[in-house]
Amino acid sequence: MESRAHRFKQNAVDSLANPVLQASMKKAKGKFVDKRAIAIKEIDDFEATREAAKRIRNQVIENLDLWLEKFEQTATARGAKVLWAKDGAEICRLVVEIGKQHGVKKAVKSKSMLSEEAGLNLALAAAGIQPVETDLGEYILQINDNEPPSHIIAPVVHKSLDEVADLFHKTHHTPRKTDIPQLTREAREVLREHFLTAEMGISGGNFLIAETGSVALVTNEGNGRMVTTLPRVHVVVTGIEKVIPTLEDLATLMRLLPRSATGQSISNYVSVLTGTKAEGESDGPEHLYFILVDNGRAEVVGSEFQDMLRCIRCGACMNHCPVYQTIGGQAYGWVYPGPMGSVLTPLYTGLENALDLPHAATLCNQCGVVCPVKIPLPELLRKLREKQVERHLRPWFERLAFRLWAWVASRPALYGLGTRFAVRYLEWLADGKGSISRLGLAPEWTQGRNFPAPEGKTFRELYAQRGRNG
Amino acid sequence: MKVALFVTCLVDLMRPRIGFAAIELLEAAGCEVVVPPSQTCCGQPAWNSGDRAAAAKLAKKVIAEFEAYEAIVAPSGSCADHIRSEYPVILADEPEWQARAVALGSRVYELTDFLVNVAKLENVPGSFTGRITYHDSCTGLRSLGIKAQPRALLAKLPGVELQEMNGAEECCGFGGTFSVKFGEISAAIAERKCANACATGAAAIVGGDLGCLLNIEGKLRRMGDESTQVLHIAEVLTAK
Repeated sequence: MESRAHRFKQNAVDSLANPVLQASMKKAKGKFVDKRAIAIKEIDDFEATREAAKRIRNQVIENLDLWLEKFEQTATARGAKVLWAKDGAEICRLVVEIGKQHGVKKAVKSKSMLSEEAGLNLALAAAGIQPVETDLGEYILQINDNEPPSHIIAPVVHKSLDEVADLFHKTHHTPRKTDIPQLTREAREVLREHFLTAEMGISGGNFLIAETGSVALVTNEGNGRMVTTLPRVHVVVTGIEKVIPTLEDLATLMRLLPRSATGQSISNYVSVLTGTKAEGESDGPEHLYFILVDNGRAEVVGSEFQDMLRCIRCGACMNHCPVYQTIGGQAYGWVYPGPMGSVLTPLYTGLENALDLPHAATLCNQCGVVCPVKIPLPELLRKLREKQVERHLRPWFERLAFRLWAWVASRPALYGLGTRFAVRYLEWLADGKGSISRLGLAPEWTQGRNFPAPEGKTFRELYAQRGRNG
Repeated sequence: MKVALFVTCLVDLMRPRIGFAAIELLEAAGCEVVVPPSQTCCGQPAWNSGDRAAAAKLAKKVIAEFEAYEAIVAPSGSCADHIRSEYPVILADEPEWQARAVALGSRVYELTDFLVNVAKLENVPGSFTGRITYHDSCTGLRSLGIKAQPRALLAKLPGVELQEMNGAEECCGFGGTFSVKFGEISAAIAERKCANACATGAAAIVGGDLGCLLNIEGKLRRMGDESTQVLHIAEVLTAK
């Protein structure tokens, strides 16, 4: 996907001005946040489970090469082919090659964020292979001119029922419906045909299990199972960091993933797929490929941002983020939104291409509190800010402002004088009304709110006076 | 007990009466209060903006000014936490300074936390009659665990009815420099906070961090609400 992260600010302003998106985001908040709060109470050792999950993920990431080798061995032994992709272009090249090799005309897809990273659908279409998204949300986005997703598990969370009704009516040439079960049925009918005629299925993977060479898929719609068992070729595209040691570890992580994501105790479908179709078996692919993707991840291993690789893509951080709740996911401009995206996008696409994202958080730490694998997201965002300053990527006036502030604040007498003038100036701006409606020095502040006026004198002035008065 | 007050730069500039209220409360709790005169800013804005050098410079200044005192109290969870949790990180490359930061950090408190858990303040001098609602500021809440302390103090005021708002623990959108970098997003988040607060019918929105309070007050006034008061808890507890 081409990144629009450099336009974050404008994207956000557009989101704020979009009433449908605003209404949808308000609705979504209650659903995700409230349901999670209830679901995590079902397990009394939630905190201990988080700690265990963190350990499992760290164990793998600290020795990623060894666990990937192990996975490659076991998966290969079960008849799969394991391929490696350095970047998005390589994902596209490999999938298209596999498609051509097997005479594929159509590929059905279960949601895969990696294929979003790669812009895979465009590459498939260019190679004469029709890609069909089968996750309902992704399908809606695909028929809406390949709109990018706004959430990693609920890609159309920003859309209204009316918008979807219009889209189905226009695309399927059917009478306009606004009844959700009827709309879902219509999508099923369209997609069923594709499931039965596609030669290739492409899925992501929530986890890769090293001991068995399996991929675990967590879905709610059942499309994942169709995509991975009906077509004769199945291609799994995942990031290299998705490997975990054992099925037991999967059980631990599965106690956290659906609860953190949608507030479900367990999702409707959890599939653990191992190997190609064996003789006598009725379903499963004849050919199974794993494409394990770097696309920026290897560089994060061993860096000060390594904690980020623990991420299990639940979306809890974005669901709880006041900024995400206010502007939605598309404003972040790349595949991953919210706090996790604000860390991942600069790391994967380059610090200089996402200058605003590390700053697009209030550092309220709600994301850190809800993260099931305890990623210190605010700390990582702050570190990214520090990297930007080190590399002189921030605007000069911003760098100057902090330097100047620190310079003045290290000189108490100068500071006292400066603040004295500042307070008088602000009071003058307020014109006696106690509230400033336009602030020249910080125009952003007064775009949407007033700036309360100071009280006339600084504390240090008044305290000094009090001292003199006894 | 001899206590040094860290006034905070926002209180110094914007609401000096909060500083005096803090002194009054600390004295009511039996403390001798000192205000080190050369203090300025804890350096949090620089640190959160990625300027480690500037943050380290101010951290050292604060350490030198305050390390002689038995306890250091700030009327702000965010500044207290910055000194307590972040100074050792900022000074990680300078072991001697880091050790001094850790030693100082263990004696730094947010005001209500100190009044309840250390000084064990019995009677509060203030008076307030009517309904209020309390906004939990993010850093104080999530990093220092400040939730019960301000409520316990407010409960000591006869005539105060505390009505909790929906999402009391949600961020108000201030976020320090966030509020001036992304003014419109920040104001939109503040709008939600104000709506939740006003829905309680409270006459005053009370909190423990001036940054949040300026943000909330600014949004309320822009929304045309001239009557709802926005007060620091120290003001309420002393009727300043």
